[in-house]
Amino acid sequence: MTEPILAAVDAGYAYRGGAAALSGVSLAVSPGRNVALVGESGAGKTTLLRLFLGLARPTSGAIHFDGAPLHRQRMRQYRRAVQAVFQDPYSSLDPRHRIGRIVAEPLRGLGLGADPARVTAALDAVGLPADTAGRYPHEFSGGQRQRIAIARAVVGNPRLLLADEPVSALDLTTRVRIVDLLASLCAERDLTILLVSHDLGVVAELCAETAVLERGRLVEQGPTSEVLGAPSHPYTRRLLASVPRLPA
Amino acid sequence: MSLLSVDGLAVRDRAGTALVENVSFEVAAGDRAGLIGESGSGKSLTALAVLGLLPPGLTATGSVRLDGADMIRAPRGHGTAATVVFQEPLTALDPLMTAGRQIAGPLRRLRGLRGAALREAVRSALGEVRLTDTDRIARSYPHQLSGGQRQRVAIAMAVACRPRLLIADEPTTALDVTVQAEILDLLDRIVTTHGTALLFITHDLPVAARVIRHTHVLRHGRVVESGPITSLIAAPEHPYTRTLVDSARRFDAALERTGRA
Repeated sequence: MTEPILAAVDAGYAYRGGAAALSGVSLAVSPGRNVALVGESGAGKTTLLRLFLGLARPTSGAIHFDGAPLHRQRMRQYRRAVQAVFQDPYSSLDPRHRIGRIVAEPLRGLGLGADPARVTAALDAVGLPADTAGRYPHEFSGGQRQRIAIARAVVGNPRLLLADEPVSALDLTTRVRIVDLLASLCAERDLTILLVSHDLGVVAELCAETAVLERGRLVEQGPTSEVLGAPSHPYTRRLLASVPRLPA
Repeated sequence: MSLLSVDGLAVRDRAGTALVENVSFEVAAGDRAGLIGESGSGKSLTALAVLGLLPPGLTATGSVRLDGADMIRAPRGHGTAATVVFQEPLTALDPLMTAGRQIAGPLRRLRGLRGAALREAVRSALGEVRLTDTDRIARSYPHQLSGGQRQRVAIAMAVACRPRLLIADEPTTALDVTVQAEILDLLDRIVTTHGTALLFITHDLPVAARVIRHTHVLRHGRVVESGPITSLIAAPEHPYTRTLVDSARRFDAALERTGRA
C-alpha cells in the first residue's frame, strides 16, 4: 500500500483547561483515496482539521505528513503538498484584492513566483475565464467564489486538498457543479481530498473512504460503501436515517 | 376564502427593478404550501411581503390578503394571523434577553397573560417544542443554547399564540442533519395538532417533500411551476424544476448506490 500523505496517529487534543475535544483518533489519507470525515457540530471535525492543517498541535499522539511527524521545519514542504478550502466563500476571499492576486497567494507564499500563466491555468481548471483575474470577489456569486477558492487551493499543484464543508453554503444545483469540479480535479491532477461534510449524499458521491466522528472519537471508518451501506455503529445509522430523501 | 391569498405580487427596489414579479398563490386554512427556489429567487422577499415586513427601500404592489387583512396597503401588525421562523435562530432571537422572556413577549401582548398564568404558558410553549428542563431553558440566553435548542425556542415563540399561518423560512438549513430531522418532525406535529397552515420556504427539495403538499417553484422572482410536490418531483414540467429535481437525485442516487453495494 502507498504511504499516506497525511495521518493522525492516536491523536488527542484538549483545549486549555477543557475536556478532550479529540481522543485516540487514527485516520490516514492515502493518495487517490478521498476520505470523508463525517460528524455533527461539536463532534471534533474542526479540531481534527486544525491539527491536520498544523494550526494546532495534538496534546497526545501525532500528525504524520509523508510518513514522519509534522514539524515546523517541514511546514514549507507541507504547504506545497496540502491546501485547504473552507465552507464560506464569502469570508474566505479578501474583498480588497483582485482575484488574480488572491489566487496567486499560495505561489508567493511558497516562493514559486506569482506567474500569471499559472493563475490563468488554475482559473481555467475551475471553469472560470482568464479575465476573472482582474475582478473583485463581490462581483461573483457564491458558487463562483467557491470556484475561486478552489483555484487558489490548486494553483500550486498540491497533492492533498483539505475541504471543510466546501458545498454546504451553496444551492443544490451549484453543489452538484462544485462536486463535479472536485471529482474532475482529482482525476486530472492526482489530487486527493479529505472532505469534512455532514452531507452524506456528497460524501457518497465523492469519497471512497468514510470516517465517522462522534464526541471526539472515531466510531466507525472504512470504505464508504460499507460505512454508509451497512453501518455498524448506532450513531452512523442515526445519521443515515436523518437524511431527507426524495419520494420514490 | 383562503387564509392567505397572494395575487400579482411584485416587489421592487428603489431603482424600480422587479425582484419579485407577478407571484400568485393561495394557502388555505390548515394547508401546507411550499415556496421552493435558490438564492435570489425571491422566496424570502415574498415571505416578508406577506408579513408586511419588507425592508426599507423595497415596495410591494399587487395584492396580499392575510386572514382578511390587506398586507400591502395596511400592513399593520400581523398579530396572531401569521408568525415566522427564520433560518438562523441566533440572529432571530434577542441576544440580551432570556429565552423565557422572549417567548413571554407575544403571550403578554396578544393574549394578555400576566404572572403565574404567563409563566405557565411559557413552560407549556417550551414543552410543546419538546424542550425538557424547561425552567433552565427559560432562564438561558440564546448563546447558552445549542443551534437546535435555539430553533426550538424560536418555534415556541412563533406558535405560542396559535397563529393561523406559520411561515418557516429555511428553518433547518443551519442545523445538523439529525437535528434537522427532529425539527421537521416537530413542525409536522405542531401544524397537525393545531390545524395551523404552513408556508415552508426552502431550496432543498428533499426537505420540502418531507413536510409540504402543494408547492410553487420560484426562479428570478417568478413562479415557474406549481403543483403537488410529489407530481412535481415525479414529472417536472419546467426545465428549471427538472434541474432542481436532477440535482437532488444525484446525491440521492449516490447514497442509494452505497446502500446496494
